[in-house]
Formats: sequence, structure tokens, C-alpha cells
Amino acid sequence: MAKRKPARLEQTVEIALTVNGIKVTRRIDARQHLIDFLREELGLTGSHVGCEHGVCGACTLRVDGKIVRGCLTLAAQADGRSVETIEGLSDAGTIAALQEAFHKRNALQCGYCTPGMLIAAHDLVTRHPRATRDEIREHLSGNYCRCTGYHAIVDAIESVLKAKSSNPV
Amino acid sequence: MKAPPFAYARPKSLAEAFDLLHSHGDDARVLAGGQSLLAALNMRLSAPRLLVDITRIPGLSGIQRAGNKITIGALTTHAEIERSPVIARAAPLLAQAAPHIAHAAIRNSGTIGGSIALADPAAEWPACCVALDATFVLAGKKGRRRVRAREFFHDLYATALKSAEVLTAVEIPVPQAGSRSVFLELTRRRGDYAMAGVAAVAKAARGALSDVRLAYLGVGRTPLLARKAMAAIEGKPLSAAAIKSAQDALAGDLDPDGDVYSAPATKLHYARVLTRRALEALNG
Repeated sequence: MAKRKPARLEQTVEIALTVNGIKVTRRIDARQHLIDFLREELGLTGSHVGCEHGVCGACTLRVDGKIVRGCLTLAAQADGRSVETIEGLSDAGTIAALQEAFHKRNALQCGYCTPGMLIAAHDLVTRHPRATRDEIREHLSGNYCRCTGYHAIVDAIESVLKAKSSNPV
Repeated sequence: MKAPPFAYARPKSLAEAFDLLHSHGDDARVLAGGQSLLAALNMRLSAPRLLVDITRIPGLSGIQRAGNKITIGALTTHAEIERSPVIARAAPLLAQAAPHIAHAAIRNSGTIGGSIALADPAAEWPACCVALDATFVLAGKKGRRRVRAREFFHDLYATALKSAEVLTAVEIPVPQAGSRSVFLELTRRRGDYAMAGVAAVAKAARGALSDVRLAYLGVGRTPLLARKAMAAIEGKPLSAAAIKSAQDALAGDLDPDGDVYSAPATKLHYARVLTRRALEALNG
């Protein structure tokens, strides 16, 4: 392309978003990922950074109610959106049943994957209340755990689904 | 790693986006869902000076059917296609392919337009679009033009898209009544890049397949329509011998490069296995 603007490009951007129900406004580097914004600007270190290229799922978050990768989302893209992290979902009691089941079944060891795992599991429990074990595994295929071998995680999620279907709220 | 520094613009209209892309040329990259671009930036495989985020431009998202044509806006996410009743009814191949794309969290952000514009040889949508004879709407400062899927993919990550053009929609002809489809791929783990895959469409009647279209992914530099294999099976009763003749013909259609996992001959073997499975599924 011939025509190029020599002008220096602005590499920061102003964003305003809601994080766990609280309005936040910041000027940030355009290149900053949502996960780094939450951890470093807001001190919400519950969401973890693993592979930084969308494979491991440790940074799973909710944006406008949908699960996304925090490392494949720019903070700038979350401008005007509503972001929920493990801190918000935990404090609100939204994932209490899953947390309890993970605890009971030993579905975590080092805990690094657990916040992302819980958010992905919550997405399944809300959207597919009748999910089979295969479907649970499929839904969690984007969340790596290097401790448990997954079996206990699938057990925990299955137990929450079963409790829900036998005792619908 | 972290992405290298860049500037970020979020145009509110296509006209504004074209202006930005024109003034910054190759220094600018279009950002849609970002599920491939941001991963590439994090790995420092690319270092654009400006990202042009087109996701807030109105009118580029959604699925509509009008008569025998389905139009899918470029910003429609993989998850929206996966759950669309219109797609399930009128273009089931896309509903079959969607769950193979990465993982749930990525399908919520990634878009069909982004996948097609990137033209990753292992991607699902390009092969589906070739199998369904889709047409892409490409828009630029000078207006819109339409390019058929089978003429769009030129080479590895190279397409008919010109500099400062944006893919705005995918148009899919609704398959005729009686048409069946199947999507298969081989991966080492669920959601991984396909080692090989096939998007197949045909009509099945009295034990024979007709109007067969077999488009392969992950076995070439672009999605590939296997014309010789299609001709070998067209209209014939689906016997073991007919399937074998289609499998044998594949060697004339595909000339895969090897990769870190599979030698070229292995890739061709995957394609043969997928072909048998696909033809049997179409007939069954």
C-alpha cells in the first residue's frame, strides 16, 4: 500500500467496563489482555495465566454471560462489556454447589486449573443440565488439568448435574 | 508470551474501517474474534502496528434465510452457528462441523468470517464452504464483489481478499431436498487442529450416491475438492469396490505435505479412511 500515515499511533486506549458488578474505568495499553488487566490492574488474581495462546483454559472468564479465553481477549475488546471472574462467581454463591462437589471428590490438587475449570463447568451445568459423562469431557476438553487425571472432575460435575435434576430449584 | 505493542482502532462503520486499512496498509490487521490473531500475536509470529477491531460495526452478524439462500454475517460466532435452528435445518453440514472447532470458550468468540479470511488449511469452515459451493461477499472502498469459495483459497493463508478489503458475509445455497451431509475429522485430542478432515455432501437414493461433493481439510495448502474421487463414486451403487475406486482416485486429487505428526503417505491414508467413513455415513 502506498499511502501511509507517518503519524505516531496511540498505543493506549481508554476502557469502561463492569467487573463483577462494579464499574471500572482505566487507560490501558492496547496490547494488554483481559486476563492481565484483571490480574495486574484490578488485583483479581483468581483467574490464572497458563499457556497464553488459548490452549489450556486456566484463564477462562465470563464476558456478557459467555465463557471466553482471557488470554485471547484484549482488555480493549471488553470495553462496555460485563466481565465476571471466579471471585465474583464465588462471592455471589453462583458456583457453590460445584465448589462443594470439587472439594468432596478431590477434583483438584494444585488448584491452578480450578478457577477456569469451575467456570467452564458452570457453563455446562447451566446450559446442558442433562449432559452425559462424554459431554462433560467434551465441554472440558479446552481446560487442562495436570494433577487429577480428570476423572474426579467429571465425577464432581456429574454429581452436581444429578443433584440438580433430582431436586430442581 | 505477551503480544508486541500495537495501536487499536474500533471503527463504527465499514467506511471508517476501509479508511483505516487504506491509510495503514500492511501495518494494519483486521481483528474480529481474535481467536487465531491474538494467539499469533502472543507468540510473536506477527507484529502489526494497528489492529482494526471490526466487531462493533453494525450489520455484520447474524444468520438469515431468504428463499434458497442462507446469509451468514462475517461476525457470526462459531457458537451461534452451532446453535442456530436455521442452520440445523437448512445447512446441517455447518452444525455438524461446528463442535469440531476448538473448544466452547473459543467458539463463543471466534467468527466464521475470521476463520475464512485467515484460511488456515486445517480449519473447518473453509472446507464446508467449498463443499456447499458457498460464495463470499468481499467489501472495500470501491464496493462489493462476490467470490465463490472454490476460487477464494489461493494458497497457505493466501486468499482472493485484497488489501483493505473485508469479508462481510458468507452466502450458502440451501442444499436440495434429499441432500445429506457429514463432517468428519481426525485429531489427536478433542478440539485440536485436524490432522485431516472431510466435509461431504450427496444425495442418496436406491443404494447409490449422486451430486457427491467431497472437500478435504488438513491435507493440502488450501481446502480441496476431490473431483476425481467424486467422479469415481458418482451415481454408482455404493459397493466396497466403488468405495475403493473413490479412495484410489484420491491419490490424483490430493498431494499432501507432511507435518510434524504425519508423513505425506500417512496424510493420504487418513483421507482414504475418512472417505470410506463419509461415503458409508452418507449412504446409511
